[in-house]
Formats: sequence, structure tokens, C-alpha cells
Amino acid sequence: MNQPENKTNNGETANGPSSARGPRLDPIGDALVEISDLTFKRDTRTILHNLNLRIARGKITAIMGGSGCGKTTLLNLIGGQLRSQQGKVLVDGLSVPDLTTEELFALRKRMGMLFQTGALLTDLDVFENVAFPIREHTRLPEVLLRHVVLMKLQTVGLRGARDLMPSELSGGMARRVALARAIALEPMMVMYDEPFTGLDPISKGVIAKLIHDLNHSLGITSIVVSHDVVEACSISDYAYLMGDGRIIGEGTPQEVQQSKSDYVRQFMEGLPDGPVPYQYPASDYADDLMQGDGR
Amino acid sequence: MNLFAYLGAWAMGTFERVGRASLFLYEIVAGSGQLFRRFTLVIQQVYAVGVLTLLIIMVSGLFVGMVLGLQGYNTLVKFGAEESLGLLVSLSLVRELGPVVTALLFAGRAGSALTAEIGLMKATEQLAGMEMMAVNPVTRVIAPRFLAGVIAMPLLAAMFSAVGVLGGHLVSVGLLGVDAGSFWSQMQSGVDFYDDILNGVIKSAVFGVVVSWIAVFEGYDAVPTSEGVSRATNRTVVYSSLAVLGLDFVLTALMFKGV
Repeated sequence: MNQPENKTNNGETANGPSSARGPRLDPIGDALVEISDLTFKRDTRTILHNLNLRIARGKITAIMGGSGCGKTTLLNLIGGQLRSQQGKVLVDGLSVPDLTTEELFALRKRMGMLFQTGALLTDLDVFENVAFPIREHTRLPEVLLRHVVLMKLQTVGLRGARDLMPSELSGGMARRVALARAIALEPMMVMYDEPFTGLDPISKGVIAKLIHDLNHSLGITSIVVSHDVVEACSISDYAYLMGDGRIIGEGTPQEVQQSKSDYVRQFMEGLPDGPVPYQYPASDYADDLMQGDGR
Repeated sequence: MNLFAYLGAWAMGTFERVGRASLFLYEIVAGSGQLFRRFTLVIQQVYAVGVLTLLIIMVSGLFVGMVLGLQGYNTLVKFGAEESLGLLVSLSLVRELGPVVTALLFAGRAGSALTAEIGLMKATEQLAGMEMMAVNPVTRVIAPRFLAGVIAMPLLAAMFSAVGVLGGHLVSVGLLGVDAGSFWSQMQSGVDFYDDILNGVIKSAVFGVVVSWIAVFEGYDAVPTSEGVSRATNRTVVYSSLAVLGLDFVLTALMFKGV
């Protein structure tokens, strides 16, 4: 197993060059997810470049980065919805790209995923949405199924909303229902895709608390993909920072926040310009204006 | 040269899409076996695509039958053969208009709804969500809708023809004074169960497969944006209509060659 260092793909730690600080103890320990030399291309565009990361078992790991940096693609690769062209994706020792459909589905029964939109089934009410994976994969008697669903809904505080349809839920409520559904089969790992996006501060706080509490009470491994620095850092044990399909920083949330790296500073402080340029690549501005008509 | 390149790219894209659609159909058929244990999923969809389409089918059938009565009478009366009006109306409906018009209406009403529903499920990540819950969306969502379309189409076509015959009777006997006994007896003696009715049922079953296949594939293959779903819905109606009309000619040529 690789001995991970607290360093970026550019050879820098979150706090500076690794050579200057010497080797570190493994901050991750037993890894549930191991990704090594992962490259993913869509047509000719490279989305992920030679990515290396490890997700600790039983911990909350935040993967932060700007929009379009490849965070969701990374989750899709871990979940087997996409297959990489190069590199390894190991989940609980299984190589995800090499699994057959049956093996992949067996692995997914042990995973939960919270989508950015919630992805609730719009023709089913809240109760049936949470019951959906249980009905599909188990043959629980209706009485037991009801107990399980109500327990999950109670955990997310929405037992009283069991009869509502998804269209009647607020964004935060929909995400809580989706979270109840994601943990319905008591998975070993839950992946959260932008769980805080589009929520008011109270709902953000509720979701963050739920992720934290569920992680500790159920002992599950959590991967939180987010560009919300404050919320993600507040609940995570370890954080990766992605930029342009690469890991540009990693460490504990405190280490990442104190990083001197230009990339990390730009993201953490929300600076509009820096290593990630404000302007989309284009020809010279003055020349462009002198071109005359047309586009 | 650009024209050749364009044609080449178009042909490659078309064949690639047809190939994908064929594999998709294979996946649906392979996954349909599991539905016999959960047939309620199919019944729910038969209600959605069949029962909810019934009104437009029956109203259309009634008016088509009435128009056939009027048009047929105007022609037959010149030869003193207005007693054969029942035969003309019924043969026109069970052989041709029943299956074809039903399929066109089905494509417009239920086919477009299927495409939009599946496309929106894709756009809102519901299908991806199912996959992540280890539930195959082709078996759980697509196959029941496809089977429902295949089951509903012949039943709708039968309803269309039955109501059409009643519409023809209403006009012929009630309005134009054709003898009711002649209307029914000519129909009874002239319409053959195997050559006319059964062939009409086979036609509508084939149309059911084709229209449902196009509708579910277009939804599943839609670009997951509002414009993508809109285009997919549009393609469903256009491709289904063209496929129904083209297949109708082929099936008619095969079925009624020696009759």
C-alpha cells in the first residue's frame, strides 16, 4: 500500500514543499477508497490528470474545488458510473473499472449517494422514496419495512413529511429525504455531491450536522464533494483540494486553510484571479476589438 | 468534398444510433423476464399509456367512422351499392385505419409523454440515482413502459375500430337511411377473422413495438437538458409516424397480397 504524503501532485504539501518538512506519518490510515494514477478523458478533453488520493475508512473526507474541476466526475468514477481510461480505482479492495455489472451492483448496495438535485423519484411520495431501495433489494415484511423507513425519516427529522410528494418539499427537505434514502440499506460509504449547494444557512447547517452525526453514529465512510469551504471544512477529518483535474492541496482542514500555495489560497479566499485565471483563454483583446464585424 | 464528408458523418452517426437502439431493445427484452414477477409495474404503465389514451382514441374513432360513412355513401350510392356501406366502413377500419390512425395518435399522445418522462428522469438524475442504488433503470423503468405500449396498442386499435363502426352505423343508418340489417349482414359476411381482423391485430402489435421502442429509446438517449428533451420528444413523434406509415405499406403488401 502506498504511504501517502501530505503533498500535492505538484510536489508541494498544503503548507509548502514536502522536502522542507520531511516525511509525515500516514494521516489517513486504513483506506476504503484508493485512487492511483487516474486519468479520465471525455472526447479529447482531459478531465482528470494522473490523480492520486485515498479516502480513510470511517472518516469524513472533503473533496473541494471550483466548478468544473472534475469533482463530480471523480465521484462517478468511484461509483462506477464512468470508467477510467487509465489508473486504478479501488473501493474496499475491489477494482471498480474491472467489475462486471452484477459485481458493480453488489458493490453499490453497500454505497449510498446523495445527488446535488436529490434525485428523488417524482412519482413516489417521501415514504415510498425511502422505501424504494429496501423494496428493490430485500423482502422485508411490510410492518418491518415501515419501521425501517420511519426510523430513517426520524433521523433526518422528516417523519412527519412522509406523505408529501417531492414537488411539495423545499430544497433542504428534498436533500434530507435523499439522505434518508441513501442510508436506507445502511451502506459502508456515502458519497455526497455538492450537498450544500443552493441551501439557506439553516438548511446547510442541518445537512452538515446530519453528515457528521450519521458518519459517527453509523460508522460509515463519507466523501463530501463541495465548493463550500466553510461547511466542508467544518465537518471533515481530511480534505483534498482539486483544480483543473488535479489534486492541488491536501491535509487536515486546518492545514489546507493555512496553506501558502497560490492555488489553495485563491480557492480558500475566493480570489477572482490567480493561478486559475479570470479570463477564459482568448486572443489579444485589442486585436479582437479591431477585427471589425462578425464574431 | 465537404458534402461527402457531411454525408459520411451523417451515415456513420445514423448507423451508430440504430446500433445503440438495437442493443437497447435487446436489453429491454432481456430484462422483461423479471417483470412477470412484478407485473403490477406493467399494469400501472398500461393505465398510463393505454387507459389515459382511450378518450382521444374513441373520439377519433367515432369521427373517422362517421366520415367513412358519409364518404362511402356518396360513392356507393352512384352504383346502387349503398347496402355495402357496413362492409366498406368495417374493412377500412380493421385493415387499415384502425391500426394506423391509432398508432399515429398513440405516438402523439403516449409516445411523446413516455419520451418526455424518461428524458426528464434522466435530466433530474433519477435514472442515475437508481443505478447508484443498484437498481437497473432499464428493467425497472424502461421495460414496463415498453411492454405496456406493446400491450395497449392492439387494444386501443380494437377500440378505435369498434367505435368507428358504431360511428359509421350512426351516420349510415341513422342519418342516410341505409337499412340496418344490410349494414350488419354485409359486414358479417364480408369481414374474415383471419385475413382482416387478425392481420389488423398483428399490424397494431408491430406498430406497438416500434412506437414504444422509439419512444423509450429517444427518452433514454436524450441530451439531459430542456432543449435535449424537447428535441427527443419531437423526434419520437416524427420517427414513429414515419415508421408506422412505412411499415404499414410493407405489412399490407405482405398480408393482403393474395386476398
